[in-house]
Amino acid sequence: MFNSDEKERYARHFILPEIGEAGQKKIKDAKVLVVGTGGLGSPVDFYLAAAGVGTLGIVDADVVDASNLQRQILHFTDDIGKEKTLSAKDKLKKLNPNVNVITYQQKALAQNVEELVANYDIIVDCTDNFPARFLLNDAAYFAGKPLVHGAIFRFDGSVTTIKPNEGPCYRCIYHQPPAPSKQSDPSLAGLIGSVPGIVGTIMATETLKLITGVGRPLVGKLLSIDTLHMEFTKVNVRKDPKCPLCGTKSITGLVDHEHATNIDLV
Amino acid sequence: MAQVRIPSALEGLTNGSKQVEAQGATLSQVIDALEEAYPGIKERLLDESGELRRFINIYVNEEDVRFLDGLSTGLTSDDQISIIPAVAGG
Repeated sequence: MFNSDEKERYARHFILPEIGEAGQKKIKDAKVLVVGTGGLGSPVDFYLAAAGVGTLGIVDADVVDASNLQRQILHFTDDIGKEKTLSAKDKLKKLNPNVNVITYQQKALAQNVEELVANYDIIVDCTDNFPARFLLNDAAYFAGKPLVHGAIFRFDGSVTTIKPNEGPCYRCIYHQPPAPSKQSDPSLAGLIGSVPGIVGTIMATETLKLITGVGRPLVGKLLSIDTLHMEFTKVNVRKDPKCPLCGTKSITGLVDHEHATNIDLV
Repeated sequence: MAQVRIPSALEGLTNGSKQVEAQGATLSQVIDALEEAYPGIKERLLDESGELRRFINIYVNEEDVRFLDGLSTGLTSDDQISIIPAVAGG
């Protein structure tokens, strides 16, 4: 089942009673789609590849910019100008050649997201704007697939795990994306460089828990992180009967919302 | 006095305080008390029609007030109120 490289590589998983060889087999068989290869996507991709996730789909339309390097740890100075998915794949293959990394150098949009999601078991939302987050929530819901959601802003972060028909979805919390303003460029939002590392590693942990069935994922829970005070607050998220997606079911298809980011809420 | 956890986005209004106290029998009264102590905070929490802004969630202990009695949610002095704004960056 595992070659000698894998046996050595995953030794720390093998000796965990909760994981063991059986759990590692589940990780090896898993197909995970990580949307966004930036601040959050970097640690998520890194840890999932290191853990031995068999198939890792990575989605991003951007090229590496010098201003990314303060936090997007998959990309190095030499990669400036390179497509982010290729820059990421290069590092991930060096870290773990056993992982099949499939790159999608494109945005996740209403017209292609269904196809992207179809080949994967778990979706991880590492995007940087509201419309993409609503789109992934809806696509995962329609496909009946779990979604690990994480987001960051300034010194703060949040994580929740969505399992369709088992708990609330993203639209149960926020029915619609905010109205865009003229300043919705994510580059206008300040961010301390290490926060995506905190949030991304929690997201990777949630993904590994979903794959192996170990522990209790953040289904129906929102973990809110304030690193200025290093406060981690966990609150309950309820399934909303008025949710337009999973409650009233008034949303029946995928749509691209107008661009809006955190800057629109400030 | 209810304890109110202020998100970092609003700390500028509370002079950097993360945890503040406010008097009130309902969430609405607590928000009024906050406004008196920290002018400007109310409009960050409520929209023009006086409803809770869609991208701000307020939790009493661990429960979203939208699933309690909204702004009329009754409070006791032991209650911990958490204000959690939406975050979307990546």
